[in-house]
Amino acid sequence: MFTAAAEGLLHQARRIQDEELQKFCSRVVKLLQKEELGPDAVDALQRLFLIVSATKYKRKLEKTCVDLLQTTLCAPKCPEQLQLLCTAILRERSPSDDLNLSCDHVQNSRQLSLVASVLLAQGDKKEEVRSVGQRAFRVLESRQPEGPSLRHLLPVVSKVTHLAPHTLHEDQTNLLSKRLVDWLRYASVQQGVPHTSGGFFSAPRARQPGPVTEVDGAVATDFFTVLSTGQHFTEDQWLNVQAFSMLRAWLLHSSPRGPSSPDTDDKSELEGSTLSVLSATSTASHLLPPQERLREKAFEYCQRLIEQSTRRALRKGDSDLQKACLVEAVLLLDVLCRQDPSFLYRTLSCLKALHARLCGDPARVRALLPIAQFFLNHGEAAAVDSEAILQHLFTRIPCELFHSPMLAFEFVCFCRDSLPVFGRNLDILRRSFPNLFKLLAWNSPALTSEFVALLPSLVDSATAVEMLHTLLDLPCLTAALDLQLRNPSCLEASRDPQFQGLLQHLLRATASGTTERLAPLHQLLQPLASLTRVVQCAEAVPTLLQAFFSAVTQFADGALSNQLALLLLERSDSLYQVPQYEAHVHRVLSSQFLVLCARHPSLVVELAKELLEFVGSVSSVHSREAMLTAVVWAVGEYLSVSWDRRCTVEQINRFFEVLEALLFEVTQSRPSATLPKCPPRVITVLMTTLTKLASRSQDLIPRVSLFLSKMRSLAQNPAPSSDRCGEDAGAVCTRAAELLTLLKMPSVAQFVLTPSAEVSEPRYHRDTNTALPLALRTVSRLVEKEAGLLLG
Amino acid sequence: MVYAFLIHTLRAPQAQDMGLCRVLYSCVFGAENSPDDPRPHGAERDRLLRKEQILAVARQVESMCRLQQQASGRTPMDLQPQSSDEPVPLHEAPVGAFRLAAGDPFQEVRTVVWLGVLSLGFALVLDAHENLLLAEGTLRLLVRLLLDHLRLLTPSANLLLRADRIEGILARFLPHGQLLFLNDQFVQGLEKEFSAAWPR
Repeated sequence: MFTAAAEGLLHQARRIQDEELQKFCSRVVKLLQKEELGPDAVDALQRLFLIVSATKYKRKLEKTCVDLLQTTLCAPKCPEQLQLLCTAILRERSPSDDLNLSCDHVQNSRQLSLVASVLLAQGDKKEEVRSVGQRAFRVLESRQPEGPSLRHLLPVVSKVTHLAPHTLHEDQTNLLSKRLVDWLRYASVQQGVPHTSGGFFSAPRARQPGPVTEVDGAVATDFFTVLSTGQHFTEDQWLNVQAFSMLRAWLLHSSPRGPSSPDTDDKSELEGSTLSVLSATSTASHLLPPQERLREKAFEYCQRLIEQSTRRALRKGDSDLQKACLVEAVLLLDVLCRQDPSFLYRTLSCLKALHARLCGDPARVRALLPIAQFFLNHGEAAAVDSEAILQHLFTRIPCELFHSPMLAFEFVCFCRDSLPVFGRNLDILRRSFPNLFKLLAWNSPALTSEFVALLPSLVDSATAVEMLHTLLDLPCLTAALDLQLRNPSCLEASRDPQFQGLLQHLLRATASGTTERLAPLHQLLQPLASLTRVVQCAEAVPTLLQAFFSAVTQFADGALSNQLALLLLERSDSLYQVPQYEAHVHRVLSSQFLVLCARHPSLVVELAKELLEFVGSVSSVHSREAMLTAVVWAVGEYLSVSWDRRCTVEQINRFFEVLEALLFEVTQSRPSATLPKCPPRVITVLMTTLTKLASRSQDLIPRVSLFLSKMRSLAQNPAPSSDRCGEDAGAVCTRAAELLTLLKMPSVAQFVLTPSAEVSEPRYHRDTNTALPLALRTVSRLVEKEAGLLLG
Repeated sequence: MVYAFLIHTLRAPQAQDMGLCRVLYSCVFGAENSPDDPRPHGAERDRLLRKEQILAVARQVESMCRLQQQASGRTPMDLQPQSSDEPVPLHEAPVGAFRLAAGDPFQEVRTVVWLGVLSLGFALVLDAHENLLLAEGTLRLLVRLLLDHLRLLTPSANLLLRADRIEGILARFLPHGQLLFLNDQFVQGLEKEFSAAWPR
């Protein structure tokens, strides 16, 4: 569809030079100055529009040209095509300093609409919005003959209200509210007559062809709404449609107390019910002030729409509109109840019935969200228990409809936006995280950023461990959902009870409080690991893990940190095998392990046994290098009495032995196809940790020094069979030398390698007596001197 | 209300390095204020910012559409109708929505609803908390109208020099960014009026 020719055209438009453009402008001026504006003018303006809009940089047009565009726009006899093109060109150039268009003398609402679209795009530096608004109301107030004039006006008014609600006076607001009441409630219920000239509108007093119908073909039973149909429409019916379309925004922005003033929600239940008795009986609504009257009519309109939505529409377009109308009606009722709590009594019964009706209708699921929102907003005030509604929403919907991208998006937005009003129902949200993650697993590109914002509110100390498991298994969940979608009976059909049980756990709706090891399931679902959707999900998991951990570390106590740390170790080799997934997850897990240790250093001592086991296995070196490096480093850093008094010399010695053995194995073993060369980072971190431990248990110093010398000579003279490259060997050698030097002065080694907590004080580094660099330099010089003396 | 409507190119998922994402048409309804910025900024800079914001949206829509298509295993050619007279099965076209955080790239939080048809992407940039069902319906309607009236499926179609028609459609079906609750008969009537005023 977008061909090379089109690309060429775009290129041409962007490349046109100023000179050529000026010539073209003169041509446009000539064409527009003619008496008869023909297809040449249209063609020229189309090209001019392309030139102006094709580039993000400003195009200099001659003043005569711009002025002529403005004049043509306002010319009453000008064909619509040209007017729209002039408007579009001027709008595309906005904001612009050389515009001198004004709406001050515009009488015609259609012209005002065109001028407004240019002026409103200027950015309100010269109060354009206010002047457009004032002019629009001037036209509204003036006595105009019946005709299509007002249909151009309402969208302008709506836009102005949206952009600058404070620019309208109270009498203007009242005027429009009154007119809106007329249009909403008292539009003609007779169909329009086809206009003889082929236009769309007719005067309502012409020959009546019959009443309007409902969407199911029946004769209309009550007043006209957007869900009323007919062959042709009258002007006031058109205004009914526009009035309803702008109603919610108008109510929000024109309310004198502001969109949702804090008092309305605090009004006591008693006051609300007293008021409701009065309003239920009062039908003398014409005595109410305009705003209140508008609200009353809006309420009636919503109720009518809800009734009309029960009908079975004959056309698909109407059926879709019914759903949109339902959503809008509920949103409107929410606004009405916020502005005037006396509506609450009448609304609640209506919405409860609606909710019950919609629960059984899978096609109308999206309308359940605003209903739930309503009950969250007003449940407290009305003493209604919104729990049942939320339960249904969270446990049923995501399971069945995770695959619909629009529903998934709306659902997650609902969760995010409602966080402040969940109250004691927040628990339901939290416990439903497995279901919410289904939406995420299936639609990860669109929903990842939403979930990153949502996670801090979802996680608490009760669910943290289970949630971490679920996050790590998210790509596996995607695969399982794919399986379920393509083969819905896979759960029952499988003869393997273990598979069934694990799959059931993975696809659970609410937090179970237990964790299952899904390794067998990982293997079974391995063929699905290369699905694009699974890969996309796997790419999102590291970001989600970061968000999870930044939330959890805010409140995790020692016990929870221990649990999470163990989880990290355990799961690091039990991940669903999606390409590149393991590497990325390991990176995150290892850095988060260190964060956990930094916050709760006693973790290392408390989990000493498990950590010993972990570092004891050589296989970790190759399969879990990042984790091993982090654990070894943490041991070196935090296994000391200064961090936890329970640390014993025995523990230090035991770790030392295990790490020494590990280092020996990895450096002595020959690299082969199955066991690649050990990365130098692992070697250096092992050496450093061993040195740190030795500095704390000084009997170990001779052993370590011996080992380090061996390492250094090994690095300097690599065995012919090993393919250790020069840079790696150099790094190992340098580190070994540094550590050896340090160990020659054990008390300095202790100071450097096991600093007390005060080392993070700035004083430590500013004070010349305690600064670390100074200490190191001193040591080096002393040692060199010593070496110099030895060598003679 | 709608803040902006745009049409842009959608490159095939495999051809990521061929050319750039291009905005073919955009219409901004109203403008964002920048009252807090003390520096006097020229109109040019504001316009530049606006164009770049629209381009940023187009790029994000393109990548969301591509990711969705890849995930569902569909190729863009799946939507090609057998003949150019058949209506495109729009209900199968990829559609989605995402939110843009405040400041990135618009001042306020906005939602984008998009729809992809072959090599063209269509998007509505909405204010937060809009009726998304209505927005989705309106977008589908606009796309259907544009495909029909601009004959975008014929090989020689070109919407770059047909801005007048696009403006005509928007003026009737999305005036000043107002989403309208139009039932089928209303749509038909408006379309008839449009066809009468703008013969093909």
